[in-house]
Amino acid sequence: MSIDQKTVRKVAKLARLALPEERVAPMAAELNGIMAWIEQLNEVDIEGVEPMTSAVEGLSLPMRADVVTDGDNPARVLKNAPKTEDGFFVVPKVVE
Amino acid sequence: MTDLTSLTLASALDGMEKKQFSSVELTDAFLAAIEKANPHLNAYVVVTAEQARVAAKASDARRAKGGAGPLEGAPLGIKDLFCTEGVRTTAGSAILGEFAPTYESTVTSQLFRDGALMLGKLNMDEFAMGSSNETSAFGPVVSPWRRGNEDSKLTPGGSSGGSAAAVAADLCLGATATDTGGSIRQPAAFTGTVGIKPTYGRCSRWGIVAFASSLDQAGPIAKTVEDAAVLLQSMAGHDAKDSTSLPDMVPDFRAACSRSIRGMTIGVPEEYRVEGMPEEIEKLWEQGIEWAKAAGAKIKKISLKHTKYALPAYYIVAPAEASSNLARYDGMRYGARAAGKDLSATYEQTRARGFGAEVQRRILIGTYVLSAGYYDAYYLRAQKVRQRIAEDFRDAFAEVDAILTPATPSAAFALGEKSGDPVAMYLNDIFTVTANLAGLPALALPAALDAQGLPLGLQVIGKALDEESVFAVSAALEEAAGFGVRARKWWL
Repeated sequence: MSIDQKTVRKVAKLARLALPEERVAPMAAELNGIMAWIEQLNEVDIEGVEPMTSAVEGLSLPMRADVVTDGDNPARVLKNAPKTEDGFFVVPKVVE
Repeated sequence: MTDLTSLTLASALDGMEKKQFSSVELTDAFLAAIEKANPHLNAYVVVTAEQARVAAKASDARRAKGGAGPLEGAPLGIKDLFCTEGVRTTAGSAILGEFAPTYESTVTSQLFRDGALMLGKLNMDEFAMGSSNETSAFGPVVSPWRRGNEDSKLTPGGSSGGSAAAVAADLCLGATATDTGGSIRQPAAFTGTVGIKPTYGRCSRWGIVAFASSLDQAGPIAKTVEDAAVLLQSMAGHDAKDSTSLPDMVPDFRAACSRSIRGMTIGVPEEYRVEGMPEEIEKLWEQGIEWAKAAGAKIKKISLKHTKYALPAYYIVAPAEASSNLARYDGMRYGARAAGKDLSATYEQTRARGFGAEVQRRILIGTYVLSAGYYDAYYLRAQKVRQRIAEDFRDAFAEVDAILTPATPSAAFALGEKSGDPVAMYLNDIFTVTANLAGLPALALPAALDAQGLPLGLQVIGKALDEESVFAVSAALEEAAGFGVRARKWWL
């Protein structure tokens, strides 16, 4: 499966990365180089193998009571924001 | 008095206990050493001199009152991937700007709980993606090691290059690091230091900037196997704030270092003899096998037959997880924002300017392999190959107690030498990445110098939760190797 320039533009859009037009062709070449090397995975017999979704065998995710354990500190939450006003994050206009 | 900065962690703790010197004196010695070395090595991206002095003074007071913790007064370097309260944390990226966390990572808070103090934040590959430190937004770290009398700049490895260089150059007693595909062990091997990636889940990931969550693990880089054990003791332990943190008790790692390896069976995997591997690495491995035999261990040939597929599987799993983890950097809640004509353009500009080339490449690969129509062909297949790799280890560990391999396929290379070819760079992690995929503990230790005078490392891999055997075997090899060589301080 070769990655064409159209796919690179689409994936960059999905990833919310502005990719200058002159970078599209080189990026396609770089990604194809890496993906071609990854193709060797097709040699592995994976018939009947369960996908590994956790690095530790037999560990199930712990449950906890659905109660508030932290919070009520808006100043800390907002401290690193590029722009804030009256205790809110300020973002570019979303709806006209 | 001997140079305090050249002490091991164990002997520095001992010296403070015996009142031969104070934490303030030790800290001042390190701060002076950093001031001289850092313009040449670029290991620290932030030096917290004032905070370190205040902490050292408080530590000396605690010790005087008889309340010394296990790391009391020990000055450490902290990889810039760990959130440190009030101190800029960037993960080596421009996208985090001047981000100063309002909280402390679990691992660093446990080190401070035990009396350690921080000298500063250590340079690293951007978001821990790299094997040479060249992807850092702050420029590469320069290794304290040089080839013979050449003055070309070598890489300390990556992504924990700042951690490895700082320990090798005596700019801290030990350092925190993280390892997703080899980022503790490869730099340790390149710099003649010791680094261990524990079992996945041993150290809490809470407060560590996420790269690939099912692979990321924290661990120490130190001067000796014993020092690594002492540091890991404080770093490890269950944390309710990380749902993948293991509930198991943390055994006495330091005690394990003096355990005999007589009667243990050590596996040697045939598949780690890769094409184009320098003869010196082959010889080093043979030497390691002889040392283990001399210490009373039995050697057994084993097969880890899916080894060659580990790196390609990793380069699906890790970018996929990274693309999802790094989606949070949108310039809205923290970090640097680059304005665009609307919200979408602001996201796109922020991320295009904030992320470096390698990170962008991996985000695109990750987004591609997870996108509609490709998920089964790539991500699901990679997870199944990952299962095969874990099965290989399960089968092997039915017969052996630990596995011995080389740590890296070569000694350190020069900066710029591999940066043009992503796949060549990725191959650095060929021996280390399997332990991440299988979640196993693995340690790299220095064992010899190559013909050019550069360190070469061996790797010991253990069963899940059996760091003790890893420490026992590593300490025995360390003693037999009698490495003891330090980088020449050419910057002085």
